[in-house]
Amino acid sequence: MLASTKVMTLVSYWAVISARFRSLLQYRSAALAGLVTQIVWGIIRVMIFQAFYSSTTTEQPMSGREVETYIWLGQAFLAALPWNIDTDLRSLIRSGGIGYELVRPVDLHTYWMSRALAWRTAPMLMRSIPLLVFAFMVMGMAPPATVAAGAAFMISMCAAIVLSSAITTFLNVTMLWTIAGDGITQLTFGLVLIFSGMLVPLPLFPDWSQPLINAMPFRGLVDTPYRLYLGHIPASDLPQHLAHQLFWILAFVVAGRIALSRALRRVVVQGG
Amino acid sequence: MVDSLYVYGRFLTVSVRAQMQYRASFLMQLGGRLIVTAGEFAAILILFDRFGSLLEWNVYQVAFIYGIVNVSFAVADALTTGFDLFGDMVKTGDFDRLLLRPRSTALQLAGQELTLRRISRLTPGIVALIWASTGLDLHWTIPNAALLVASVIGGASLFASLIVFQATLAFWTTETLEMMNTVTYGGVETTQYPINIYRPWFRNFFTFGIPLATVSYFPALAIMGVPDPLGTPIWFQYIAPVIGVGVLVVSLQVWRIGVRHYLSTGS
Repeated sequence: MLASTKVMTLVSYWAVISARFRSLLQYRSAALAGLVTQIVWGIIRVMIFQAFYSSTTTEQPMSGREVETYIWLGQAFLAALPWNIDTDLRSLIRSGGIGYELVRPVDLHTYWMSRALAWRTAPMLMRSIPLLVFAFMVMGMAPPATVAAGAAFMISMCAAIVLSSAITTFLNVTMLWTIAGDGITQLTFGLVLIFSGMLVPLPLFPDWSQPLINAMPFRGLVDTPYRLYLGHIPASDLPQHLAHQLFWILAFVVAGRIALSRALRRVVVQGG
Repeated sequence: MVDSLYVYGRFLTVSVRAQMQYRASFLMQLGGRLIVTAGEFAAILILFDRFGSLLEWNVYQVAFIYGIVNVSFAVADALTTGFDLFGDMVKTGDFDRLLLRPRSTALQLAGQELTLRRISRLTPGIVALIWASTGLDLHWTIPNAALLVASVIGGASLFASLIVFQATLAFWTTETLEMMNTVTYGGVETTQYPINIYRPWFRNFFTFGIPLATVSYFPALAIMGVPDPLGTPIWFQYIAPVIGVGVLVVSLQVWRIGVRHYLSTGS
């Protein structure tokens, strides 16, 4: 009996993920616009880095070729970053529809995190595949360093998406406190942008800042998987980097759960 | 004209007061955006720390160009929020109401909303400009100071005209084209760095196609007293910002044509 209830619950979370996934796949024209934007962005950034690399003869912590591939990976998987909150949830909170969320016979945090997983994966998949094809064919993006590097990248990228979903869910929960949750989201997005490696690959940051950057959760979103892909982090080091990602996933899930249960104790449903 | 400016001022005051109603949220949004834009500037500093120079440019020169572009864009962005919302207004038919009022539609849209948080881009821009000025040996003669003001006005006009163009397209497509954002934001990203570092086709696009270089890179060279690696004469660098204002005038004319062709969606 207990086992079958458990299976039923799992099935319902899976249903949430797949339903949300299919509805997100409808936004194809937005995906096309996003694709063009990211290609243009990638080209601009590659040219800027090429100019910097041609200005120096000293050995850098990362080669110019590696940085180019890093940039294209970043453009391909941009949509997987925790850069916004679930707009449907926001309108539910604003309209009072959140009341229905509370009566569902599922764990609210897991339910929201399932939504976030789909929300982070569907748009990313739609954009990343054509973008990677373009980057390989036209821009000379490099394949994974070795087969092992490719496999390590895949594993670490999955962890990156889960981490991103955990951060997104945490941001969604904060909306219960500040009705316009945009402030915290903006703040988090700023930190993500800088300390994930999205703006500048993390190995190029000043040497003194490396320990600080390594401790923060954000490198698990971008820098860790991409450097595994490049072989810049050897595939054999995967376990310790995966542990870093898992630690932060756990941290955000726990923080999200605590914040959610606190918020629900004093929830005020708006409207009626 | 004075009357229009007065009305415009009233529009903006109302908008600012409305935004200040949610003060905590507003401050956090401002802080968040500040981090994002400051991050872009930090990226420049990090890269110079690592590489020493960018071709023939030092960090102060790049910061100066970055400052001009971001101040221009911040001004344009804050003043044209209404045009961003225009696509939705066409879809819902709200634009019809604007046509009934005894003011020009462009004025009403520009006054629709002064999004204060968009000013966040202004801060890193100004900080970059001041910081660059202390590191560069600048001569603030009257022509140079005037040129700085002119290039910000020209830049703001040019960015504003891109946003107006994008909105104008909605008269025909009923949707604003997201692709245009690529040109606008891509233009900001591109012209933050000296234009000569790019491939010729790309550089030419932002000089002759969308002339963003004429309101940032060229006047900045004249103010810094640096000869152009691309070989443009100094007189051109001084008059280049006028092009931005010219493009704005053209875009407002195109806007008028759009208004004349406007058929309400009827909803």
